[in-house]
Amino acid sequence: MTGIRMGIFSGGFFTTEAVWTALLVGGFAALVAAVAGVFTVMRGQSFAGHALADLGAVGGSGAFLLGVSQLWGFVGAGVLAAIVLEVIGLHRVRERDIATGIVFGFGLGLTALFLYLGTTLGHSSNQAVAVLFGSLFSIDPGVVGPVIGLGVLSLALVMLVSRWLSLEALDADIARARGVPVRLAGVLFMVALALAVELTALSIGAVLATALLIGPAACALQVTSRIPRAMWVAVVVGVGCTVLGIFISYESYAWSPGHRAWPASFCIVAIVFVCYLSTRVWNTVSAAMTRRRGVRRVGQVSERIREGN
Amino acid sequence: MFAPFMTDTWIAATIVALVAGCVGVFVVLRGDAFLAHAIPHGSFAGAAGAIFFGLSPLLGMGLAAAAAALVIAVLSRRGRRDAVTALLLALLLGMGVLFLTLSGQYSNQAYGLLFGQILGVSKGELVWVVLLGAVSIAGIFVLFRPLLYTSLLPEMAAASGAAPGGMTVAFSLILALATTASVPIVGALLMFSLLVGPPAAACVLAVTPGRALVWSVCGSLGIVWASIAISFGTDLPVGFCVATLSGVSYAVARGWVRARRRMTQTGRPDLESAR
Repeated sequence: MTGIRMGIFSGGFFTTEAVWTALLVGGFAALVAAVAGVFTVMRGQSFAGHALADLGAVGGSGAFLLGVSQLWGFVGAGVLAAIVLEVIGLHRVRERDIATGIVFGFGLGLTALFLYLGTTLGHSSNQAVAVLFGSLFSIDPGVVGPVIGLGVLSLALVMLVSRWLSLEALDADIARARGVPVRLAGVLFMVALALAVELTALSIGAVLATALLIGPAACALQVTSRIPRAMWVAVVVGVGCTVLGIFISYESYAWSPGHRAWPASFCIVAIVFVCYLSTRVWNTVSAAMTRRRGVRRVGQVSERIREGN
Repeated sequence: MFAPFMTDTWIAATIVALVAGCVGVFVVLRGDAFLAHAIPHGSFAGAAGAIFFGLSPLLGMGLAAAAAALVIAVLSRRGRRDAVTALLLALLLGMGVLFLTLSGQYSNQAYGLLFGQILGVSKGELVWVVLLGAVSIAGIFVLFRPLLYTSLLPEMAAASGAAPGGMTVAFSLILALATTASVPIVGALLMFSLLVGPPAAACVLAVTPGRALVWSVCGSLGIVWASIAISFGTDLPVGFCVATLSGVSYAVARGWVRARRRMTQTGRPDLESAR
């Protein structure tokens, strides 16, 4: 058995320490992002989620200049941006998107400034691109502890507001009438979202943060409309995609020409996208089947009625 | 600042501002800020892929932008539009990373695509900007009325037989065209700020769509020219200046409208409420 396995795979996957760190941190980040993602997708805040990932990178590159730890740059910028987004957040979805876009554009402008200052001070732009795209196989071990702490905090916040958010998702007016603090719930959720996104962006890159936040949750909401069940499905999909992606990326070193390993971020994002497409196809097919079955049933009933007459 | 080597920069920037001003009004009216972010940033994958396969980056960029626009338009018919956009953007960025890794070139080219290098425009690039920019502005003007109808009153447009789906596809393609014209020169960041900031400010201030279009074009021209001047004088990156000025213009517009409303509420007569 091991002989066959060794023949197919390059081996060493579970014995390399970098892989274990990648699996643990990546899996944990995927879990936290998936839980926060369900409400993000339901509330139509994907744009804000993506913006927070990149705005965290602004803080990251700013912290880099000031010599502060990158972690606090990410988290500080993320939470600040989340509160700004929620406070100026207008109630109509279209206007909210525009306001998000303007804050986001301004934040990206700051990134350009920080990168410029960084390069004039003698850093290379590689550092900044690394902040954006991240690398699962070179996680700083010192980051692991704070990442887990922030993740637990984010999960706790989501659990705290989940009843309020569920009621609000059902009917905002009823929720308000029953005394749900809608505004507070929104702000708390945005902070939880920011924490989830920043820890993902920090540990495995801003691109992956968007994919792991939105992808698994969007898949889950295709499959079920119950919120707790959607969260479980999203966690399974997110962690599964991450582990599989890390595995493929690790193996790709062996079979890709020139031994250039495929980046883990690409592998994970591609698998997440394929998952989403398959749930969409599955949904369309099953809807078509039910419709046809329904037509047949209606046909049988009408036939029976005709026979009875 | 107006030295001969700057002429092409001024021309290119002016065209980009015209394109962004026109297309941006519809970005704002349709609430498509995420699309305006995703297409410029995602098309970076096309350029990276083209570099890998040895093709022209402009071609790769155009193909990626058009493909992204089409896929988002098709998938979001029955799905959540923002989630689909986020996923596709992540996929494109991931592919961009893959191509950059495989071709062994790292960040400087990507850096240029994301943040722009407007001070180094060549004559060959300028021709493409003019051409593609002209086509996308022409597209906006040809489709002006149906686009406006489906953007402002989507339900009514659907009920009266106009095809909002078709208009979504058409507008996404125009956005892709405008992106391909501008991003290689000004970068994805600058294009995104221009597509959202000045048009949003114009839509807050203006009363009619036509006036919003005029104000938006004037605003983006002013912001781009001022930014190049500031950047030339102080050496700050152009993208930073444009993004900041765009954000400030929107904040000022909203503050101005709110102040005016408060004045009218405290009893000062004004034309609009009198009418």
